[in-house]
Amino acid sequence: MVGILQDKDRIFTNLYGLHDWGLEGAMKRGAWNGTKDIVRQTPEWICDQIKASGLRGRGGAGFATGLKWTFMPKQESERPHYLLVNADESEPGACKDRDILRHDPHLLIEGCLIACRAMRAHTAYIYIRGEYVREREHLLAAIRQAYDAKLIGPGNLHGWDCDVRVTHGGGAYICGDETALMESFEGKKGQPRLKPPFPAGAGIYGCPTTVNNVETIAVVGTILRRGAEWFAGFGTEKSTGTKLFAGSGHLNKPCVVEEAVGISVKQLIEDHFGGVRGGWSNLKAVIPGGISVRMIPAAECEEAVMTYEDLQARGSGLGTGTMIVMDKDADLVKAIARAAYFYKHESCGQCTPCREGTGWMWRVMERMVTGEAEMAEIDLLLDVASQVEGHTICGLGDAAAWPIQGLFRHFRHEVEERITNYRARPGSYPGASIAAE
Amino acid sequence: MSVRRLAEVQPESFAFKPATLKDARRWMANFPAGRQQSAVIAILWLVQKQEGWVSEPAIRATAELLSMPVIRVLEIATFYTMFMLEPVGTHALVQVCGTTPCQLRGSEGLLEVCKRKIGPRDHRSADGKFYWQEVECMGACANAPMAAINDYYYEDLTPQSFEKLLDDFAAGKKRKPGSAIGRQGSAPEGGPIALTDPALYDGSRGKKLKIPNLPQKTSAKEQA
Repeated sequence: MVGILQDKDRIFTNLYGLHDWGLEGAMKRGAWNGTKDIVRQTPEWICDQIKASGLRGRGGAGFATGLKWTFMPKQESERPHYLLVNADESEPGACKDRDILRHDPHLLIEGCLIACRAMRAHTAYIYIRGEYVREREHLLAAIRQAYDAKLIGPGNLHGWDCDVRVTHGGGAYICGDETALMESFEGKKGQPRLKPPFPAGAGIYGCPTTVNNVETIAVVGTILRRGAEWFAGFGTEKSTGTKLFAGSGHLNKPCVVEEAVGISVKQLIEDHFGGVRGGWSNLKAVIPGGISVRMIPAAECEEAVMTYEDLQARGSGLGTGTMIVMDKDADLVKAIARAAYFYKHESCGQCTPCREGTGWMWRVMERMVTGEAEMAEIDLLLDVASQVEGHTICGLGDAAAWPIQGLFRHFRHEVEERITNYRARPGSYPGASIAAE
Repeated sequence: MSVRRLAEVQPESFAFKPATLKDARRWMANFPAGRQQSAVIAILWLVQKQEGWVSEPAIRATAELLSMPVIRVLEIATFYTMFMLEPVGTHALVQVCGTTPCQLRGSEGLLEVCKRKIGPRDHRSADGKFYWQEVECMGACANAPMAAINDYYYEDLTPQSFEKLLDDFAAGKKRKPGSAIGRQGSAPEGGPIALTDPALYDGSRGKKLKIPNLPQKTSAKEQA
């Protein structure tokens, strides 16, 4: 067996799209099985089960899902409750929700129905990123099938009226933030809102709303079918269950795979991703949770495990569980400079520290790549990064600062070397090319 | 932030084609009464499908359709980078992902191909067939490097296979989206090593089952 999870315990059995993603195939693989018995339970029972399973949000923040659902009002009022599924997957490194949307959409739709029951909502909206055109086509077709089979919709077989609808974005990373997502959903620029009010109090259209990631919602049906203790049996006390992991970068066989949380970084890479290009000893650093977390150097990858607490203790994070691997040939400074450009491009421009800071950090990082910087600028850069971090409405400012901090925490000497080498080159002072003429 | 402005040369007018309008109304009906503004991104995308890009008259027409102030629609068109604000190529809109995961696997080689074959970025090619840009993460990192051409993803590219792909588009040949090296979705190269147990697919999972941890019978009855 490769990895630590057996096939029989995998939730996403059509991850690679080898089988029918439509209703018939999905039901054969166990979707929509026993859903009626689940949906007729009380919202409290569903929330308690999800709490007992230890499921945490799979979109990056890792908040306890069952607990989040209990924040919704306990009574229905004239303000309808909404479930808003965040399918705006755009974190560099993350490509896991895409496989659910295109290959196992029925698990997501079933999860929407159950989650709606748990939060007394009758409408779920799935906000899918605009570029996922093929994925949207599959999802819409699957929803059509579910309506036709009376699995969802008014007066459905399950006894809880629930509409599942789709809307899409226009290519803005910021809309992955839950409040920006709500703004964008309402047909505005995706600029995050201040909290409070929290979405469970006033979300879309001022109504109680819960925003969950695709993977979080899609695993709910299987957790309840197999029992909370089954799910909680994987991983550690604080990081339970199975999860989709993705590998990209300098791997022999990058791919997406479902594994038990708590698998070691090394085993995940060696067993599933075909190993590091050039062998394990050629590893330089891993960004374990999508680009928005700090990198960990090769030495720490020996012991690191894919759990929230272990990676946090290493100054990094599990994030979306999608790792970017860099080998010794990689230009780390350039890779992080490119990430800095990404944040500059995706900043929504609402908060000054982020709007100005991301552009500034990118420009300095570009000079660090060539070495054409002052030694003192390293500390200045870190100082600016710390001033962006934590001083913005949403997490994009933090996310922009962390990759840079991660680089300098572990590889500061490389940047210093680059600056020294640049200066040692003859004629490499400002205006050198003019002087030579 | 990226600075985005409307094209200098704009058409005289814009009209929704009947099919576009029908789709637009379907999107509007997707939201509660009085909340049709929620459909603005979807409708601008339909406009782009119809015309290839989003023009100033189209922004006005969309605002009118949704009873929104024009400035609010203009905001949307300039904020969201998927909207092309000037005419694009007749054969292909090529969007190469350049973000770190793709960069690590050689997207710079693809950018070079674009520069050489199409010309400067964010411009139409001389023959008007192509338009290319470098975009941020498209969410296909396990299949890097990749490019989206006319909405669909072409993955696991090399400069050579990418060049061939562009040649085929120039010749008007249809190419199937997906992996250029025959991978199944995001499965590892050479075929999946997980999800190989036939018992997952023999229908046994679809058989009637008992949900575990249900409350005691009596209380279940009370709820029903």
